[in-house]
Amino acid sequence: MTVPLSLRVAEAEARFYRRTWRGSVVSSFVTPILYLLAMGVGLGSLVDENLGYGLDGVSYLTFLAPGLLVATAMQTGAAEGAWKVMAGMKWRETWKARLASPIGVPSLVLGHMIWSAARVLMVSVAFAIVMTAFQIAPPLQSFLAVVPAFLVGVAMVAITTSFTVRLKSEAGLPMYFRFVVIPMFLFSGVFFPVSNLPDWLQPIALVTPMYHGVELARAIVVGIPPVVAPAISVTYLLAWIIAGTYFAVSPVRQKLKP
Amino acid sequence: MADELIQARSLTKKFGDFVAVDDINFVVKQGESFGFLGPNGAGKTSTMRMIGAVSPVTSGELSVLGLDPMTEGPRLRSRLGVVPQENNLDEDLSVYDNLLIYGRYFDLSRSVLRDRIAELLEFVQLTDKKDAKISALSGGMKRRVIIARGLINEPDLFILDEPTTGLDPQARHVLWDRLYRLKQQGVTLIITTHYMDEAEQLCDRLVVMDKGKIVAEGSPAGLIKEHTPRDVVELRFAPGELEAITGRIEDLAEHTEILADRALVYTDDAEELISIVSASNLEPETELVRRSSLEDVFLRLTGRTLVD
Ligand SMILES: Nc1ncnc2c1ncn2[C@@H]1O[C@H](COP(=O)(O)OP(=O)(O)OP(=O)(O)O)[C@@H](O)[C@H]1O
Ligand SMILES: [Mg+2]
Repeated sequence: MTVPLSLRVAEAEARFYRRTWRGSVVSSFVTPILYLLAMGVGLGSLVDENLGYGLDGVSYLTFLAPGLLVATAMQTGAAEGAWKVMAGMKWRETWKARLASPIGVPSLVLGHMIWSAARVLMVSVAFAIVMTAFQIAPPLQSFLAVVPAFLVGVAMVAITTSFTVRLKSEAGLPMYFRFVVIPMFLFSGVFFPVSNLPDWLQPIALVTPMYHGVELARAIVVGIPPVVAPAISVTYLLAWIIAGTYFAVSPVRQKLKP
Repeated sequence: MADELIQARSLTKKFGDFVAVDDINFVVKQGESFGFLGPNGAGKTSTMRMIGAVSPVTSGELSVLGLDPMTEGPRLRSRLGVVPQENNLDEDLSVYDNLLIYGRYFDLSRSVLRDRIAELLEFVQLTDKKDAKISALSGGMKRRVIIARGLINEPDLFILDEPTTGLDPQARHVLWDRLYRLKQQGVTLIITTHYMDEAEQLCDRLVVMDKGKIVAEGSPAGLIKEHTPRDVVELRFAPGELEAITGRIEDLAEHTEILADRALVYTDDAEELISIVSASNLEPETELVRRSSLEDVFLRLTGRTLVD
């Protein structure tokens, strides 16, 4: 019962998304273009000039792009897990309305995960198209790099959802972005190697899901073997996805089915 | 029993230590429309939510359509229609999309839904609002959309939690008319309300709830007959005057109620009572004679008014 009904939930979200899909699709292309131009090309020429050869033996743009792909997926995942969930539980009350139908809490949470995963996939694919257009990597590598980005994005949906469903009000969300999402964005190896961080910060970067995704994506695009074995990183990301989804269920039940 | 759609025995709901529904018993039969009448906080919604399998039963037994809401929730909910107390439609979507999305939760196909939505919009008289956004509708129209939404799965049991609260009289009458038709089609209805006229209009049988308990049960007419004399004489006095004459009013009849601005005197012979009042020097500002209603039953049973 859970699986088909969770698809019905995802379908409902898709129908809601349809109202604004044009703007959303445009921004999924514009955002990577702006980032790659500013950071990769603009800042990159400075970095490359200073180092003489670029980071890891490739241009800064090539170093940066796979990391930004993962970062974009991560941020999309966080947004879906935060605002979408707060809207469903509180602002639009759609979750409560759904629970009066045959849909139960597990199908509800799973359906939200499925739709959010679809959103993460959309922005990641858009990014890969831009990467190819910038000739940063051949199409095959660009699209293969979507896989780790997708895993990180979905892990972030799960983690953020688990956090949001425990909040009493939306006031906790800006804090979450300030102290979790933005630091993860800045310090997980997207803009510079984690080895450049102070020693005490490195282990923290290592436990973020994002670090593992960035390493994998960069391995695919640039060809440098990652520090952690890919199988371990993938397993680690899957564990976050499963745990985050699982731990979101009972607070939803407590709040919406008191 | 085959024709008993709901059986509740010692049904209890607690939130922490607070007892919201306190050991109640009732039976709802196939095809009847059954009411829960009571003031704010009586436990009506808590009871509806247990019946609707969206709130766990704390203790006691509850069987709905022969199913256990605690263990067979999804199966039960697929056969229920629910109109919640609050309007929880998706404000950003159209009437049609709201109904379509909700119908899909019941795994109904798009083509079945297309026809059913057209029928239901016709039924609630909103065909011309099919593509309107919910946020552009009036309160009464939203309520009608929710009723259509609740009927999307052709439920065996339709649960309505305060279907007309907050609506103007005209909108209420439109809704009553629709609900009356459903009843005639044989749909079993459960309705909660603050309004005695609503209960009198729609319910074959009802229970009066107060502070989590059922304080009376019967048909609207039966309850009135059982608990109050036939007529009420309402005597209105200038502010402050009532206190001084409370004792004398209480001597007028076996049963009286003193409210802030008026006294209610219950009697089987209003004419005689009026003449006694006229002969006395009580001199109320106005006198009004009316039939006893469920409101009076409630006042009698609890000493408080229904709508405060
Ligand atoms: N989730 C909850 N947690 C704690 N207390 C609750 C909860 N839901 C309801 N209550 C309490 O239970 C009591 C009964 O509430 P309920 O909503 O069932 O009343 P009601 O008869 O529907 O009232 P109203 O006419 O105002 O809708 C109230 O005192 C209410 O505060
Ligand atoms: Mg209520």
